[in-house]
Amino acid sequence: MSPDQNPIVELVGISKHYGATAALEGVDFACHAGEVHAVLGENGAGKSTLMKLIAGVIQPTEGQVRVDGQPCTLPNPAAAVARGLVCMFQELSLVPDLTVLENLMLGAPGTGLGRLRRDVVAPARAVLARIDGGHIRMSARVADLSLAERQQVEIAKAITRNPRLLILDEATSALNASVVDKVFAMIREETARGIGVLFISHRFHEIEALADKISVFRNGRHVDTFRNGDYGYGAIIGKMVGQRIDDLFPPKRSTPPGDEVLRLDGFGWPGGIEDVSISLRRGAIVGLGGLDGQGQSRVLQGLFGLLKGTAGEIRIGGNPVRIATPEAAKSPELGIALVPEDRKTEALILDQSIARNLELAALGVPGVAAEDPAIYQPFTDALELKCASLDQPVGQLSGGNQQKVALAKWLALKPRCLLLADPTRGIDVKTKTQIYRLLRQLADQGTAILLLSTDYEEFIHLCDETHIFYDGRIVRHLSGDDVTAENILAATMNMAVSEASHA
Amino acid sequence: MPDFLRSNRRETIAVAVLVLLLALYLGTHPRGASTYVLTIWGNQCLILALAAAAQFFAVIVRGIDLSVGAIMALCNSLASHVLGGTGIDLFFGCLLVVGAGLLAGVVNGLFIVFGRIQPIVVTLATASVLVGLALILRPTPGGAIDYDLADAMTLDLGGVPSSLILGALVVVAFWLPLRRTGLGMGLYAVGSSEQAAFQSGINVRLIRIAAFGLAGVFAALAGLYFSFVTTTGDAGIAPNFTLNSIAAVVLGGVALRGGVGSLIGAMAGAFILKTIGALMFFSGLPPLAQPFVEGLILAGAISIGGADVLRVRNRLEVFGR
Repeated sequence: MSPDQNPIVELVGISKHYGATAALEGVDFACHAGEVHAVLGENGAGKSTLMKLIAGVIQPTEGQVRVDGQPCTLPNPAAAVARGLVCMFQELSLVPDLTVLENLMLGAPGTGLGRLRRDVVAPARAVLARIDGGHIRMSARVADLSLAERQQVEIAKAITRNPRLLILDEATSALNASVVDKVFAMIREETARGIGVLFISHRFHEIEALADKISVFRNGRHVDTFRNGDYGYGAIIGKMVGQRIDDLFPPKRSTPPGDEVLRLDGFGWPGGIEDVSISLRRGAIVGLGGLDGQGQSRVLQGLFGLLKGTAGEIRIGGNPVRIATPEAAKSPELGIALVPEDRKTEALILDQSIARNLELAALGVPGVAAEDPAIYQPFTDALELKCASLDQPVGQLSGGNQQKVALAKWLALKPRCLLLADPTRGIDVKTKTQIYRLLRQLADQGTAILLLSTDYEEFIHLCDETHIFYDGRIVRHLSGDDVTAENILAATMNMAVSEASHA
Repeated sequence: MPDFLRSNRRETIAVAVLVLLLALYLGTHPRGASTYVLTIWGNQCLILALAAAAQFFAVIVRGIDLSVGAIMALCNSLASHVLGGTGIDLFFGCLLVVGAGLLAGVVNGLFIVFGRIQPIVVTLATASVLVGLALILRPTPGGAIDYDLADAMTLDLGGVPSSLILGALVVVAFWLPLRRTGLGMGLYAVGSSEQAAFQSGINVRLIRIAAFGLAGVFAALAGLYFSFVTTTGDAGIAPNFTLNSIAAVVLGGVALRGGVGSLIGAMAGAFILKTIGALMFFSGLPPLAQPFVEGLILAGAISIGGADVLRVRNRLEVFGR
């Protein structure tokens, strides 16, 4: 690691834009041989974008990538692997319908379209045996493996590609502690051999135990890079949080919420929720937080009748109910509305006009005149929907205006209980304030709101109380003065409060 | 072994069903299990089996090829012009026919990959063009195929029907080795999860073009074999074979969502489909009721493959299938 040695990969002035949103902005970053470099940041900070750039999955909008000091482009993952940049992805890169053996051989260096080489098998077996994966059969189909086993195969696949820089994006999220220790031991050995490791994890203790260097990202910008141990936990969280504007949010109201509208008791689902209990009162806004995929979005789906075989009890207005389908959920008796996470695929039909999209939710609900534009107007007005006319296809609107249509379509049903899945993700600040104002207004009029969010500012400034999910369970319930950025971040990484408060 | 059976569950079922149906067919056939009966049966089955193999390559990469029948018609019409003369002529004639199929398939693939148009649309369009070409070559059924070559391909060799030998050859000499190459596995990878394939460093575009090229080659082989069996050229065979090739791959356990199934399954599906048809012929059912019963059997067989939708726990996942 002499200072004159070129870094394996260096990013100079890199930006990556998706339309109007910037995932990375003016990033300078370098990884050196022989060190473990951890990247920290909250959801949407740009960590995964960074990894994908280095792995050749996506191309930068601006800036230069240098490998061993030489400017180069990485047009696809094969080119990155050829230069020794091997990534183990968060969204697994294994092909579900192929066997373990076939996946290990797939795209291995030196394999083109011709005969497959089996010489990766022995080292892969050795790696698997070291990380408690010796029981995984080479002939098993990947789709039949558990998530943890798939991650073990991913690790073996990455290591057998002879990386010079090994990129681990949440590589160990499903593995238990003893396996993680073994993976770490192996990674340390690899760094001793001069291999660089770049690694994202949301488990802070993993980073403390493993990293030589830590880089913090926030809102697509590289905030700081320092040696592990230079700063305490509190200071690092401070770098991740940064400073933000406060007047985005309308003032909270002081009156206490009313009667209980919805109550979940011991709610569970075999696909990843366990023992979730939530109480939602009239006029309350309750936040659901946590890292992506910890079960919070499944809870919303379960409440909207999308999951089969749920356990536990749902009460609406005190009466136990069974919500079997979305149609039942939206009926006036239950009065539940769900604005889903992905507005382009789940909430809207992009090719259809605004007017048609608005009607979709109300169709077939007794007592609602779906085709009457007047029932949507108060909401499109309150949100200041900008469009040429209601006959314009929704696909032509900006993301923010699309979200307004998705909201208005459900609000016209005057739901008692409104479920929102990250309604402000990827939306500009002005639209955010409009949505916040409307949500506050709805709550004041008595609507009960369950708000899933990846933006903890919303929990602090908009929600009355917040449940933080981890691994399918609620790990913390925060209300009042406890709702602080530090507490939320600590809970999302499932760290004890005391651990977070000293530092 | 359990892994082998589990990964090949669909093919195992298809082959078992085929054996059962064949036993039933030979049992009810007035002339029993003779070489003659098997030869006629095998010839009919192999034509569709080659068409199903063509369809398989399109379906395995999450596509579909509506031009399978059209390529067959074109190649059949072409064969009725060029398959005459000496041995050398015949050899180059066959090469020309297969080359035409390859070209058609690669054109499909290029439009799909570089035009970013859905396979169903591209192949629907090229199907019309190809049938048009076939009609120019052969406006009314006719022409001739070299009889010696046709006999060699469609009779038997020491009591074993040539069609079955050729079918086995496709599996053993082509499919099993292909399965062990980067191309063979890439086909599955692209169909199963295009993103995972791309992130593993696979050339997704090349694989997709190759898949449609292979579909073209096998459709040409199906057309060629059809020529050997009928010894004439007929431009009107396209629609029937296209639809049956899709039914055959589904029967053989190839998932229309891509990534699952094998060439063996697809060919077994074609054999099943033809055997059901043959069984109907000797079943004693009134002829007018036969399509009805045949359709019911088909519908039943296909719904077995779709039954796992009932086990889905998140209703949203149904839409991803």
